Amino acid sequence: MSNTTTNAARRRFLVDMARTATGVALFGVGLGFYARQSTALPAEALRPPGALPEEQFLGACVRCGLCVRDCPFDTLKLSELGDAVATGTPYFTARDVPCEMCDDIPCVVACPTGALDHGLTDIDDARMGVAVLVDQENCLNFLGLRCDVCYRVCPVIDKAITLDLQHNKRSGHHALFIPVVHSEHCTGCGKCEKSCVLPEAAIKVLPTRLARGEAAEHYRLGWEEKRKAGESLVPPDRERQFNLPEGVRYDYQGEGVIFEQGAAPTPEATPFDDDPLKTLNRGLEGR
Amino acid sequence: MAREHVIGLEALEAKGWWKTHKWLLLRRASQLSILALFLLGPWAGIWLIKGNLSSSLLLDTVPMTDPYLFVQTLVTGHLPETAAVLGAVIIAVFYMVIGGRVYCAWVCPVNLVTDAAQWLRDRLGISTATRLSHNARYWMLGMTLVVAMVTGGVAWEMINPVSMLHRGLIFGFGLAWAVILAIFLLDLLVSKRAWCGHLCPMGAFYNLLGRASLVRVTAAQRADCNDCMDCYAVCPEPQVIRPALKGAEHNIGPVILDANCTNCGRCIDVCSKDVFRFGVRSNNSSINSPNAGSLSGKTEVLS
Repeated sequence: MSNTTTNAARRRFLVDMARTATGVALFGVGLGFYARQSTALPAEALRPPGALPEEQFLGACVRCGLCVRDCPFDTLKLSELGDAVATGTPYFTARDVPCEMCDDIPCVVACPTGALDHGLTDIDDARMGVAVLVDQENCLNFLGLRCDVCYRVCPVIDKAITLDLQHNKRSGHHALFIPVVHSEHCTGCGKCEKSCVLPEAAIKVLPTRLARGEAAEHYRLGWEEKRKAGESLVPPDRERQFNLPEGVRYDYQGEGVIFEQGAAPTPEATPFDDDPLKTLNRGLEGR
Repeated sequence: MAREHVIGLEALEAKGWWKTHKWLLLRRASQLSILALFLLGPWAGIWLIKGNLSSSLLLDTVPMTDPYLFVQTLVTGHLPETAAVLGAVIIAVFYMVIGGRVYCAWVCPVNLVTDAAQWLRDRLGISTATRLSHNARYWMLGMTLVVAMVTGGVAWEMINPVSMLHRGLIFGFGLAWAVILAIFLLDLLVSKRAWCGHLCPMGAFYNLLGRASLVRVTAAQRADCNDCMDCYAVCPEPQVIRPALKGAEHNIGPVILDANCTNCGRCIDVCSKDVFRFGVRSNNSSINSPNAGSLSGKTEVLS
């Protein structure tokens, strides 16, 4: 009798526990999926300087907003529920308020957990993203005008953005001053995007993963290697030798067959012929 | 026919309004002044404290970090900087001494919401059959840590109503009000004291933190209990009272040792016989001395 009661109690206990555990587990799966999905940071949302890579950042940031509080320019915002950025985490939108790149980096100093890496002490080393001139069709400089605003506002002027001269084929006698971003120096502060004069910026700061490609690890640039080594690393081409009649030379990749004095080509020879062999043997016909 | 039993009426008649609401009012004052302290910065530009309950900086010197959140970041594999470590230790030690779930009753802003739901529930006479397990919160706690470990992110913070409400008030709500409304409706219409009393993993964490806390409510004068049941009615965790209040014949001491007691002190208010008072854990002699557990330690002569 009492045994039956105990069994029933035990049974109810186990069922209750299983019920609770199942409910919570289902909830947890939902939460996990939601969390996984919100790791995709929208491209316009930039993390503060020194932010760890996004996956680590979401584990390290406690959503306290101390970086936001210590940002003197109200650049940083805390994401609210419903924003595309993970709730409670700090971000900024360059086109609204770019990062002013404070020398003392107060946001990083304020971070209690190191989600903003305290190893970042020189703001020029920050990599919040990379500026990309996304619209070459509308960029005024690409059209041959001298806007230059993105170049002039760049805090790392002449390093992160340079103006490279190109021939203006449209006018025929002007230069194009092409803004070129150098990712090696670009901090991703977004001043260029903020100040682009177009209604929609032609230059935008993108997360590095979107902004940049990556060369294969085994690629080597021959001219770089040559510069480093001080000499070419490949053996020089052997001098080519051709079996030619006397008074005739062959200039490989140049003029072709050259007749020295007294060995003039026949007057009827045409410069081009459908038969490549004839071109190669130009001047030799009838010999 | 006897008049309908009104909770606390007996105490009101015996002790007066102030003494039946003292701890409730002090608690509300604590909740609101902590909130005000955080809002003083953004609203009035007076920065006594910066940040929010997740992590903050007091007077630009003292770091404070929610140890539950700290543990979650640890579980994701991140080792936080010194400020967060120090902050978490400060907060953990504080609640280890004064009672883990003191956080729930005296600090947490969601308590205002769920207490309001409970108040309305009583006023409207809503009673629902849905019963949640009191242990669900531990499952929730485990779940949040597992999800943090698996996803590598502090996933619970994406929906945690506690930090969401506090952060919302200080930094801006977004759609967070909907989550708070959901908690209110859950407590009002789905299950009694569902959130704070059954589900909240933060409560579970602070419960574990305060397992050996010094400050405890004690049923020191339990011999005077007249079984009016008012303390059970007002208590947010009624299951914690019985062992202490009715344990005399089982040789159980009068101190409420269940870590789910939030030290809210509502039982002290509502008891017409002044059975309860704040005391310390160690004064838990099962001998039914009237002063066992008295914080002041002063002795009264039995008449």
